[in-house]
Amino acid sequence: MAKSTFIYVTYIRTTPERLWSALTEDAEFMKQYWFGTHCESQWTAGSSWKMVQADGRITDSGEIVEAQPPSRLVIRWQHQRLPELKEEGDSLCTIELEPSGTAVKLTITHTLERDRSKFIEAVSGGWPKIISNLKSLLESGSIALQEAYAGRCAGQEN
Amino acid sequence: MAERHDTDLLFKALADPNRRKLLDLLHAHDGRTLNELCEHMDMTRQGVTQHLKLLEEANLVATVWRGREKLHFLNPVPLQEIYERWIAKFEKPRLKALSDLKKRLEKSHG
Repeated sequence: MAKSTFIYVTYIRTTPERLWSALTEDAEFMKQYWFGTHCESQWTAGSSWKMVQADGRITDSGEIVEAQPPSRLVIRWQHQRLPELKEEGDSLCTIELEPSGTAVKLTITHTLERDRSKFIEAVSGGWPKIISNLKSLLESGSIALQEAYAGRCAGQEN
Repeated sequence: MAERHDTDLLFKALADPNRRKLLDLLHAHDGRTLNELCEHMDMTRQGVTQHLKLLEEANLVATVWRGREKLHFLNPVPLQEIYERWIAKFEKPRLKALSDLKKRLEKSHG
């Protein structure tokens, strides 16, 4: 277990396939729950990955370490814009989808091999809002939050 | 699980001071074992185990196995949902009322 770890778990009433698509190739859908941000990748092991803000700036990049649709995705993820976060190097983001009754259990584990990582701290304010918006959008067709209010989101700058 | 059932579990889990203390302990330092948490709790090991079980059922605590050790992490997602469902909603009309009042006062003084 890495030194700085955050885990986010939620249950979303949808199918693993729909959730996988919402987290990967469906960029337009992603922008709706990620405050305008989306990710670009081929979504296969070894392919490059980048996170693009609404204004087109790339905030984070890396590569897909593991991709097993629709159940497991591992991204090697490095922040690119803020020097104090970039210098911490690669983080690892593991996304797991498991069917659970009529819902899917979504677990996102974000780790960095450094004690009290500033990057992990920075994304920790964003993940719950993004996940909560994603759940709301998939279940009810509308998002809960229009903007990210206080605190930085993963891949976003204030 | 129905939404009402999830919400009931969540508020029930938060309704106990010892369980809130466990959440504070995990917030200060995530990824702790049962033994580490017991050191800070003035109760039996069985008691702490019971409280952790309720927190896990409410999805406020997530666990990961590292070898033979079970690590406990605070899962903030349900708290975010409480914020959106039970706080932001009630806050908004008040903020709007305040902003309307400001506009009205500025207009009458202008």
